[in-house]
Amino acid sequence: MDFTYTILIPLIPLAVFLILGINALKIKENVAGIVGVAGLLTSTILSYYTAFQYFFKVGKVDGVYQTFVEQTRWMNFTDTLHIDMGVLIDPISVMMLVVVSTISLMVHLYSRGYMHGDQGFTRFFAYLSLFSFSMYGLVLATNLFQIYIFWELVGVSSFLLIGYYYTKPSAVAASKKAFIVTRFADFGFLMGILMIGYYTGTFDFMSLNNPTALQDLTSPIMQHAGITFMGFSVITTALVLIFVGGAGKSAMFPLHIWLPDAMEGPTPVSALIHAATMVVAGVYLVARLFPMFYFVEGGIALEVVAYVGGFSSLIAAVIALTQHDIKRVLAFSTMSQIGYMMMALGISGYGDVEGLGFTASMFHLFTHAMFKALLFLGAGSVIHAVHSNVLQDMGGLRKYMPITNITFLIAALAIAGVPPFAGFFSKDEILAAAYESNQLLFWVEWVVAGLTAFYMFRLYFGIFWGKDTVYKHAPHESPLSMTLPLMFLAVISAIAGFVPFSQFISPDLVGYTTHIHMNIAAMSVGVGVLGIAIAWIMYKKESDIADRVSSAFGFLYQWTFKKFYIDELYLFITREIIFKRIAQPFAWFDKKVVDGTMNLIGNSTVDASKKIKGLQSGKVQDYAFAFVSGVVIIVMVFIYFMN
Amino acid sequence: MILGVSIYEILTVTTLLFFIGIYGFITRKNLISILLSVELILNAVAINFVVINKYLYPDMLQGVYFSVFIIAVAAAETALAISIIINLYRLVTSVEVKATETMKF
Repeated sequence: MDFTYTILIPLIPLAVFLILGINALKIKENVAGIVGVAGLLTSTILSYYTAFQYFFKVGKVDGVYQTFVEQTRWMNFTDTLHIDMGVLIDPISVMMLVVVSTISLMVHLYSRGYMHGDQGFTRFFAYLSLFSFSMYGLVLATNLFQIYIFWELVGVSSFLLIGYYYTKPSAVAASKKAFIVTRFADFGFLMGILMIGYYTGTFDFMSLNNPTALQDLTSPIMQHAGITFMGFSVITTALVLIFVGGAGKSAMFPLHIWLPDAMEGPTPVSALIHAATMVVAGVYLVARLFPMFYFVEGGIALEVVAYVGGFSSLIAAVIALTQHDIKRVLAFSTMSQIGYMMMALGISGYGDVEGLGFTASMFHLFTHAMFKALLFLGAGSVIHAVHSNVLQDMGGLRKYMPITNITFLIAALAIAGVPPFAGFFSKDEILAAAYESNQLLFWVEWVVAGLTAFYMFRLYFGIFWGKDTVYKHAPHESPLSMTLPLMFLAVISAIAGFVPFSQFISPDLVGYTTHIHMNIAAMSVGVGVLGIAIAWIMYKKESDIADRVSSAFGFLYQWTFKKFYIDELYLFITREIIFKRIAQPFAWFDKKVVDGTMNLIGNSTVDASKKIKGLQSGKVQDYAFAFVSGVVIIVMVFIYFMN
Repeated sequence: MILGVSIYEILTVTTLLFFIGIYGFITRKNLISILLSVELILNAVAINFVVINKYLYPDMLQGVYFSVFIIAVAAAETALAISIIINLYRLVTSVEVKATETMKF
């Protein structure tokens, strides 16, 4: 089977981007919407076709999923070290194709309603296409360098879309923050890539992810693994650096600070980029290099991934409890769920059921993309109706917006892990995998599951139940173009859990069978229901319980409300320490010493020439006098020395 | 060969003539006088050609021809210079050197 045609999947959105981007001022809203949706629909159909072909027709040979690589050499350095461009088809890339296509198509459809009448409608669709192109390219990358190129491209499109309302100072600041923080993290990624390239001699995923070569310290890619850097082998260090890049994109602690601010962008963008696709790029990256993470030095780098993921998911869930802005709650929830995925990758083993963590992580990535995009699109629908992001401005909306209400409820149940919705299955697998390998992380994630259920239903009850707010303009249900994607995603969120994921995706590409782990399922559902129940008591009806609880916690509440002052800490470090103590002295040195030297040379030349320019009087006679005197002097000198 | 007059005496005269020309060229304020000084220089050189030819190679005529050339060139140069000076006079109504100090920084 030839998968070369998959190159079209990224190229079609690129063409759409160019068409819409170049003619952004000429193309009318309707045309732009149709072109954008049509382009993405084509890519989506191709992606589904690829998935069908791969998973059910040609992918499996003797029970093992094959990896198809179609690539062309772009830059040659040595025999093994070269940069290629191409497509790599294996279970996780095909799965990501499906996720990206589905969410992106839904967001395109939804945006036609949500952005209706916006001045930059065409520009918006051009950016969306650019993002889809970059994300497809990232997913299909065959080597570290290609993934890095598209990695930066998704960063740029994220920057453009967060700063879409470029007249709003907060949006501009948020886009800059997102770009700088992720760029800073990508510096680590780049260093990791270069170290891998230098010590293993290849960028190619196929060569790097070879388990036998990774376990053999004399193989070409591992022969330098013995060289140590700060106590670890260089390969481990490189992997940790690559994970830094992944952590930046995936908003892991302490590089998460850009994600809440990124909510300044239009809501469909938050759903597409900052909930479902781009932010899981970090998870995808670790999964892509999973054999390396697992086999090099007994998986030290993988342990870093596990603990960073676990810690991030905990603090994000705690912060999400107290936020008022509904999109920010969802942003922290995203961060928390991505922490889950990272943690699951981190504790995963290799081979058959040992690889449950890996499978669960990918499964959760899939289901989370669906229900979190649904939550964001639902939140967008609410914001569209109420014209506010703040939870206090809402309440009682179930009467006005029935479809949004039901779909939002389904998504909330899914993320809270209530059976039979999708989140229950993936979360159960994650917790089961954690229970097997790391008890500490299991209990952390168990608590997080409860917190998740609580804050999600705090949001749900706060928006659709609670007090009967009197609205200036009676809110009304969103148009069909917006509710249709909601319904579609709700259906997927409800049933996606029944997909036998472990048959398709596992670290060693061999399918296996999983079953529900009853004890763990009971525990996680129990804590989830507990969270929902507490939220029910506190927020279902208008009451002052919530206020009393928050004041009882006193400064702890303040602490979490201010997101643990991490933003302030960053500001302190940058402004007070880096800017004042380091940058300013350097700036002084540059201005006074470096520039001063150059100015001195320039000024003294000017001064000297001012002094001697009087010699050029403009009188021919002066010149003649100088000439004759010169001749006389030369003649006299000659005569003197000749004799 | 001129009887009773040695080459040194004649060369002394032409040298004097030459430097009088130089002196005039440098010190005169009037463009016409400067032109005259240039003529003096040229004449000193022309005489030198003739005299040195006469005393060193009496049977040759190159030096004499050269002086004829110099006279012709001098005539052309004078015509040109006079026309420049007349144009300058039209422009600034003066033939003083001071009035033409534009060739500076």
